[in-house]
Amino acid sequence: MHDDHSEKHPGSTVSYVIGFLLSIVLTIIPLYVVLNHSFSNMILVYVIMIMAVLQFLIQLVFFMHIRESEEPHYNILAIALGIIFVFAIVAGSAWIMTFNSQVQ
Amino acid sequence: MQTQHFFIVGDPLILGADISIILVSAAIIFVLTYFKKWGWLWREWLTTVDHKKIGIMYFISALLMLFRGGVDALLMRLQLMFPNMNLLESEHYNEIFTTHGTIMILFMAMPLIFAMFNIAVPLQIGARDVAYPFLNAVSFWLFFFGALLLNLSFVIGGSPNASWWGYPPLSELTFNPGPGENFYILSIQISGIGSIATGINFLITILKMRAPGMRLMDMPLFTWSVLSSCIVIIAAFPVLTVALFLLFMDRFAGAHFFTMTHGGDPMMYVNLFWMWGHPEVYIVVLPAFGIFSEVVSVFSKKVIFGYTSMVVSLLLISVYAYFTWVHHFFTMGAGADVNTFFSISTMLIAIPTGVKVFNWLLTMYRGRIRMTEPMLWTLGFIVCFVVGGATGVMLSVAPADYQYHNSYFVVAHFHNVLIGGTVFGMFAGMTYWWPKIFGFKLNPTLGKWAFWLWNIGFYVCFMPQYALGFMGMTRRIYTYPDDMGWTPYNVVSTIGAFIMALGFVFQVWQIVYSAKRMDRDVTGDPWDGHTLEWSTTSPAPYYNFAVIPKVEGRDAFWKEKKKRSQPDYKPEKRELKPIHFPKNSGIPFIMGVCFFIAGFGLTFHWVWLGVIGLIGVAATLYARSFQYDTEYVIPVEEIKKTEAALGRDI
Repeated sequence: MHDDHSEKHPGSTVSYVIGFLLSIVLTIIPLYVVLNHSFSNMILVYVIMIMAVLQFLIQLVFFMHIRESEEPHYNILAIALGIIFVFAIVAGSAWIMTFNSQVQ
Repeated sequence: MQTQHFFIVGDPLILGADISIILVSAAIIFVLTYFKKWGWLWREWLTTVDHKKIGIMYFISALLMLFRGGVDALLMRLQLMFPNMNLLESEHYNEIFTTHGTIMILFMAMPLIFAMFNIAVPLQIGARDVAYPFLNAVSFWLFFFGALLLNLSFVIGGSPNASWWGYPPLSELTFNPGPGENFYILSIQISGIGSIATGINFLITILKMRAPGMRLMDMPLFTWSVLSSCIVIIAAFPVLTVALFLLFMDRFAGAHFFTMTHGGDPMMYVNLFWMWGHPEVYIVVLPAFGIFSEVVSVFSKKVIFGYTSMVVSLLLISVYAYFTWVHHFFTMGAGADVNTFFSISTMLIAIPTGVKVFNWLLTMYRGRIRMTEPMLWTLGFIVCFVVGGATGVMLSVAPADYQYHNSYFVVAHFHNVLIGGTVFGMFAGMTYWWPKIFGFKLNPTLGKWAFWLWNIGFYVCFMPQYALGFMGMTRRIYTYPDDMGWTPYNVVSTIGAFIMALGFVFQVWQIVYSAKRMDRDVTGDPWDGHTLEWSTTSPAPYYNFAVIPKVEGRDAFWKEKKKRSQPDYKPEKRELKPIHFPKNSGIPFIMGVCFFIAGFGLTFHWVWLGVIGLIGVAATLYARSFQYDTEYVIPVEEIKKTEAALGRDI
């Protein structure tokens, strides 16, 4: 069992470590800039968002092996659905919560 | 913390519960020891990775939780029966409606649908187990210990009291300093991990483990409904996990995500909660739709009408469920544009459901209908769900919702769809698959009594609540003055609740009676079924199928039976092969115990205990990661012996 796996994904340990380090860096950057108030609020929001999207791509490539599947059509369908749902969560919440700026 | 705050002893109801819990536990320990059954319990149940046994354990847990949640409901209805009642104090009433909601949705409806997933899906698609049997056991034990943690709050530390949705700021530390809300958050988190794992497990099982020849569009509709439900679980449950995690950070680590001050936004919790909460109702009702589709088709002796439109509407609902959540808080004041969007999206989601109702009706049209118990539940469902759906469309109209919001109209509506949809659906599934799980049918006479008591009790209980909603009775009030004119409606409603409780008693009676008196099902196909689960014996052997069936098109077993009845039919020579099978494992159970210890510690802010529990969780994960010898081979001889013992010649 174990041997089969390492043959299937040669060098996967290396890619896991790279992915892990990249994820940590991409988490530290937004934390650092927010704790230090490095930029204005609006720019901070954009920095967090960009880091989140990069994190998302790294997860897909390094941990979910998006490029290695035998049946890519399932993958594409799942990612399309995932993006629709993420869009609903993020854009929907932002839109709904704009009422807060009108109230305050 | 002082002892009298730790063990709740003041209230006579809770004291009674304390005593009965101790007595029941002592009795169970005595019986297991006296009959020397501890080894049996460990080997056959606690360490099992067999989907059928896991399904049975989900089912028993769900029935126990239905009882607990039902007792909560009866207490509430008694308190509200007459004005100025003194049965429950306001604080106690708050706790009871909170645990009623939490238990009924998360610890009754969820395990009940998971029971049906486990019992039917692998058999329906001709598989020997789920894709990840070990993970399946982990899911169950996380649910089980999550449920245990929540129920423990009743006697230790105090129950949560901020309603099943736990809105801040009421659920924040400022207004709710006790451990109750921690119990709520942590128990849902622990069982939520299990739910997500189940969603992934069954999605992969359905996509990857179907019998050769079964294309996606050949799958039974229950399997399709589970697939849709799993998509929603995978997409929606993480949102709840995040929302509850942030709330826990507020309470545990002094964060300010949802507080009133320091830039927190309580409405963001409401938003996130319903982003899970609305899809959740589809998670629990879609499998019920699947069960009704199976039942209607089998007991009308017809193929289902409009298979493709059934599949399309299931999938539409599973994606569309994600775009309606704001209708739970129209009155927040998000503005006309937001409310209009979600109002229209809510009305639109009624369309695929409507399509399904017509398909069920047209399947029955000119069918040879057998009025069995599963069929009765299905017919009861159609009427009940159409009423619930219609009031749902009323609620979707945002301006009108300002009138209905937070009234008993809403209470009546969601019980209408959840009891009429999910509960009736699971009862239909229970009576339909019972012979497959246990090897005997349930007694139909007692079942019909149970059905009519539930069905009549439902309308007697909840129809007056629609009226009460219009008359201004709001949700969650624990008493009311006698000049409101609500009294007669509340009296009728309480009577209805007790009629349903009587229905439950009949079901328990039915199960006990049938276990003793009903004949064994030796055919494996007591209903003249259409799908593969009826092709194996009842109960199915632990490997499900001695030979994996070959499938040609929909309703595979029905076609097979037609072929067999031809005069020139020659049975195919089937060759037995050794089966690779997963070994039992104690790790899922131990992991559940560790999660329970961690959850209990964190509930009381005993960080040391929490750390010990989490180290245990890490240790079990570590142990499993380096376990390579997880499978064994069932030799052909043993398969032959088992099949012969079940009366099948191979």
